Amino acid sequence: MKNIFGQALKRIAMSTAFVVMTIYLHAQTDMDALMMAKNNFCTGFMYGNSSWKNYWEGTLKRDNQNLGTVSSQMIGIMGNYGIKDNLNLLFSVPYISNSASAGTLINRQGIQDLTLTLKWMPIETTIGKADFAVYALGSYSMPLTNYVKDYLPLSIGLGSKNVMARLMADYQLGNFFTTASAAFFSRSNVTIDRTAYYTTRMHYTDQVEMPNMANFNFRTGYRSGKGYAEAIVDIMQTNGGFDISRNNMPFLSNQMNATRIGLGFKYNFGKVEGLSAVGNAMYTVAGRNMGQATSINAGVFYILDFTRSSNNKTDSDEK
Amino acid sequence: MKNNNILLFILFFASVVVGCKRTIEERHTMYEPLNPTNIDANAGDWKPVVLNAANEFPLAAPTSTSIAVYNRELTEIKGFQATLTAEQRASIQYWSAGAVLRWNEILRELVAKRNLPPVNNPDGTYPVPSAANPFGYPEFPFANPPYAARAYAYVSVAQYDALVAAFYYKRLYNRAAPHTVDTNIKPLVPATNLPSYPSEDAVVAAVSVEMLKLLFPADIAYIQQKADEHMLSRIMAGMNTRSDIEAGVQIARQVAAKVIARAATDNMSRAIGTPAQWAELETQTAATGEIPWISQELPKRPPMLPFFGKVKPFLFDSLTTIAIRPIAPPSVKSQKFKEELEEVRYYAKNATRQQIAIVHFWADGVGTYTPPGHWNAIAADDFVKLRFSEVRWARNLALLNMAGMDAAITCWDTKTFYFNPRPTQVDPSIKTQTGLPNFPAYTSGHSTFSGAAATILGHIVPARAAAYNGMAKEASESRIYGAIHYRSDCEVGLAQGVKVGNFAINRAQSDGAN
Repeated sequence: MKNIFGQALKRIAMSTAFVVMTIYLHAQTDMDALMMAKNNFCTGFMYGNSSWKNYWEGTLKRDNQNLGTVSSQMIGIMGNYGIKDNLNLLFSVPYISNSASAGTLINRQGIQDLTLTLKWMPIETTIGKADFAVYALGSYSMPLTNYVKDYLPLSIGLGSKNVMARLMADYQLGNFFTTASAAFFSRSNVTIDRTAYYTTRMHYTDQVEMPNMANFNFRTGYRSGKGYAEAIVDIMQTNGGFDISRNNMPFLSNQMNATRIGLGFKYNFGKVEGLSAVGNAMYTVAGRNMGQATSINAGVFYILDFTRSSNNKTDSDEK
Repeated sequence: MKNNNILLFILFFASVVVGCKRTIEERHTMYEPLNPTNIDANAGDWKPVVLNAANEFPLAAPTSTSIAVYNRELTEIKGFQATLTAEQRASIQYWSAGAVLRWNEILRELVAKRNLPPVNNPDGTYPVPSAANPFGYPEFPFANPPYAARAYAYVSVAQYDALVAAFYYKRLYNRAAPHTVDTNIKPLVPATNLPSYPSEDAVVAAVSVEMLKLLFPADIAYIQQKADEHMLSRIMAGMNTRSDIEAGVQIARQVAAKVIARAATDNMSRAIGTPAQWAELETQTAATGEIPWISQELPKRPPMLPFFGKVKPFLFDSLTTIAIRPIAPPSVKSQKFKEELEEVRYYAKNATRQQIAIVHFWADGVGTYTPPGHWNAIAADDFVKLRFSEVRWARNLALLNMAGMDAAITCWDTKTFYFNPRPTQVDPSIKTQTGLPNFPAYTSGHSTFSGAAATILGHIVPARAAAYNGMAKEASESRIYGAIHYRSDCEVGLAQGVKVGNFAINRAQSDGAN
């Protein structure tokens, strides 16, 4: 469930940070080591808000009085269905609205990308007194609308179709857990509205080649049947791409990197079975061609049980 | 079941690692080698722009093709052809699309690279790029639309004049190409019976180098490297000997010097103005009871080259610039102004996705080759199909780019004379679909450029005239959809552009090439 939340969160972080959102979104989908039990369906809404005033133009940190503060708001619907106890299918669809507090550039908003993720836990075992599990995740995402891509930093997405593969390991001793994962993203070309553009050379095409991306995520904290509390470190990096030149606008195929730290929680309301709240806050400590975003996210989720014996309304790992 | 899962994930991981298909075919890499339908052997009779006559600068006669010194030049070619690498073949192929075409592409690329407004100083003022110190920030130049329009014009005019001179001497000396003299030399690009002395490719490369040294001094190393590759490609292709190349360089440098002398005295150096002059523009407009233009940037940036209207045009004189200046825009107090502002408000709120695409297709703003560059790209894509000779390519682009520069001159003269506000200044609630240009609204630069370009291109390629006019209208209206211009800016600008285009047609009809 938290994964769902994470997904949303990532979205947001993305959108503001020069719309790496599509990526982030992937990255987040998966990042926690919790599975839905078979035939349980968890769904809910996420709200996210992210903003930045300073950004990295290449490696140069600066502000821009003609943008002021760039803000992104997201409302997302997410779901996670337990195909089996160790195989989940996740989806998410966010609506994003981006704006700048200064300058004349118009706001952008709209429905962004659909992401579908398969999450599989092939290994669940114990090492001494500790629980240990390995997860493999694969996802696909695609734009659901023909939103404007070539309008950074206010575009709501980058417009590529993406596939992601992630490997994740989770270690829990007593109530203390650590989850680490690494993911690789491959992105399709993006079609923009103009037929020539300059990166570090002139391109005479409306197609933009998008460099691959990688994500490394580390989280640790306290986990029990009531939920969890965690600290998060997240590193997003683009393998290739180019730097924004001095006082230029950002472009889709920039090298967008960000290192973010944050705190997250999940709380299971005991009184209403299957109802939980999630939230987190993230701060960008280092970046390249990205905004130095601060983001907060919150969501409410509810588990519907489609099994006959309906007393199984939790994430399986939290039991 | 577990095995199925494993298989599924292995397949998925493999597909991610292999990745999506990403091959992108770019238009300029697919141009065919130039094989002109008419070699324009008598282009030495065409009327140059800056030169008084095609033979204004002398060029010594070449050596005979039957003596030893020439023979050794042939040996050099055979040496290259015996050991051509894949990279050398690629270079021959690349340059074979056309000298004028490729140097026009290089110029567009330099404009896009350098079209970046400087960052303000900590005290809120803005530094000015300096040609004397091109590498210090802000690097020289800021290739904004008027700067770019002028650059395209000077490079094209210099290429054209130098080629007219070259074609004069080609006919006079009538030296055969190496592949004709020696059948052991293979022409690796389409061969014609155009005399090879002086080399038309060397002329274009060398004259471009000289002009670009002036216009893009920070990129000179890159430019010189391209020129060296270009000239060598023609030797390797069996089209020119070393002495053909050297003669081309020699005549090109003399022509370039004369064109540069014109550029040095065309008033460009005064186009930027002074703080006192900028303040006066505001006062003048305020005195008429109208709202003067104020920069919407933070901190306020001085208007872009406000005195570019005083630059000496190519197709008419500076008195004509004033004589053809459009009448005043609608007063901000008029009903017509209110209606036009309302229309801008409408598009700011209701532009369709298709209209936004049109805005972005034509935006040609920061970091692009600018509207004149866009019209060069449009012209180039059409010209490659028409198989013009090098000299006709140069003549047609010179006509297009003189029209572009003169469009910038009359447009900037009008902008500065009326100095009226943008819609976003009058109503700050209006937001724009693209970057707001930092100069007055009336008349629209895009409209003026596009009207001029479509008109002269329609004369050069009559079959495409209607298409060009359609594009110009779309480019013009894109600025209303983008909420950065009123309809009057666009309609009057487009008509003014047509007027400039007609000056170019007048020249085209009397330059001897028609």
